[in-house]
Amino acid sequence: MNQFLQQLVNGISLGSIYALVALGYTMVYGIIKLINFAHGDVYMVGAYVGFAVTTYAGIGFIPALIISMLSCALLGIVIEKVAYKPLRNSARIAILITAIGVSLLLEYVMMYFVGAEVRSYPKLLDDSVLKFGNIIINIQQIYIVFTAIALMLLLQFVVKNTKIGKAMRAVSADRDAAQLMGIRVDSTISFTFAIGSALAGAGGVLVGIYYNSIDPLMGMMPGLKAFVAAVFGGIGSIPGAMIGGLSIGILETLVSGYGNSMYRDAAVFAFLIIILILKPSGILGKNTKEKV
Amino acid sequence: MLEIKNLNVYYGVIHALKDISLTVNEGEIVTLIGANGAGKTTTLRTISGLNKAASGQILLEGRDITGLSAPKRVEMRLSQVPEGRRIFPTMTIVENLEMGAYLRKDKAEIKEDMEHVYELFPILGDRKKQAAGTLSGGEQQMLAMGRALMSRPKILLMDEPSMGLAPLLVKEIFNIIKNINSEGTTILLIEQNAKMALSIADRAYVIETGSIVMSGTGEELSKSDEIKKAYLGGD
Repeated sequence: MNQFLQQLVNGISLGSIYALVALGYTMVYGIIKLINFAHGDVYMVGAYVGFAVTTYAGIGFIPALIISMLSCALLGIVIEKVAYKPLRNSARIAILITAIGVSLLLEYVMMYFVGAEVRSYPKLLDDSVLKFGNIIINIQQIYIVFTAIALMLLLQFVVKNTKIGKAMRAVSADRDAAQLMGIRVDSTISFTFAIGSALAGAGGVLVGIYYNSIDPLMGMMPGLKAFVAAVFGGIGSIPGAMIGGLSIGILETLVSGYGNSMYRDAAVFAFLIIILILKPSGILGKNTKEKV
Repeated sequence: MLEIKNLNVYYGVIHALKDISLTVNEGEIVTLIGANGAGKTTTLRTISGLNKAASGQILLEGRDITGLSAPKRVEMRLSQVPEGRRIFPTMTIVENLEMGAYLRKDKAEIKEDMEHVYELFPILGDRKKQAAGTLSGGEQQMLAMGRALMSRPKILLMDEPSMGLAPLLVKEIFNIIKNINSEGTTILLIEQNAKMALSIADRAYVIETGSIVMSGTGEELSKSDEIKKAYLGGD
């Protein structure tokens, strides 16, 4: 039982990071129907920005988080404008392949500048531990979960209550109708990339703190897992991405804890296959009817 | 109010609109009738800026708007009730109406206009918080009309507002169109239900395979033998 609760605690901290990344996947998919495979690499860039400003400028956690989010927001806007926007009216596969290209570009440009070696993150947060019986909770984990929750609440507020959030929902639902309301589609799509990428940037900083190590290829596996999380939750659904992220995080730590940590990645992808067979629209996804 | 001169539109190699010209004067209800695939929806989409014109001109109150984006045209108070209603299904009725007023900043007046929409369509007022996707077809049509009115249009384009509705409801919708017009909104109406459309229209145009083939007052066209045979069921 203790073992289970301990893994649950670990799973929730890891899962909240996956959830942040999954949100970007799901929002971008919702608005332009693209699986943005470069998203995991935006998260990597976020981790490096956080690393750079804390190591070389010596600033604290919150400012580093904000700088990283802003940089990633900008990166997201640029990626969309340069790589995806020119292809908006071409076949879906063209833009998907471009996304993979952007992903490789980010990984290897980063490697060119910072080298391929693993770097260790500076200590930004108190890492003392709290003990509840046999369960150990690191204060860092609490910070991580609370930061993630705060960002998700903020996102939920923006999407539900602000004008731009409503414009995002309108464009996701029906691009032509949104234009007939006077909504500018291009700037709404830019904004969506900015928000999704900012959340990925935050995830990057948090994971740097959690695992204490970063490298230019660190975005690949978490990127794919966050994608699985988004699919599990129902791609296009924001609450779905949150639930999906937590579920994947918990699944992964349980597999590591009880089985063999070598199988944790395999378990996540096996899970993806099961979802796609049993409920391809995900737990909160809409059954999309093809229009004839 | 609205003037279209020699408009040509292509879908790839298909010449969808061929040298279309038409005029809608202030305060009128003008209808464009024609068979499926004749180019009615394309005409409206091009006027709203969703399709690009290959050549020709669209003038709104004398200003050339041919090159403007769709949102810019909404800003100039040209609004459309699109074919198939196209409401935002996961948003509530209130949110849908708010989207209609997206470009406006006059909060107090938006509120007033919303009340006015509830007066026109009481059923919407009863269900403000309901998701729009759960409404019936007729109610969705009313919501789409209300949403378009929220932008305070000078001219309102309507694409097949009676499509798929029960006859009684069709009558009601047409009455409301007349009301909207009498409150000062100019209307360009597309309809397959030519009989109803001609009965409320000041003037009408007939479109066939992308060209305007006939025009006249609503009364003239409803008496024309050709129109009777082709669009009014021959009686």
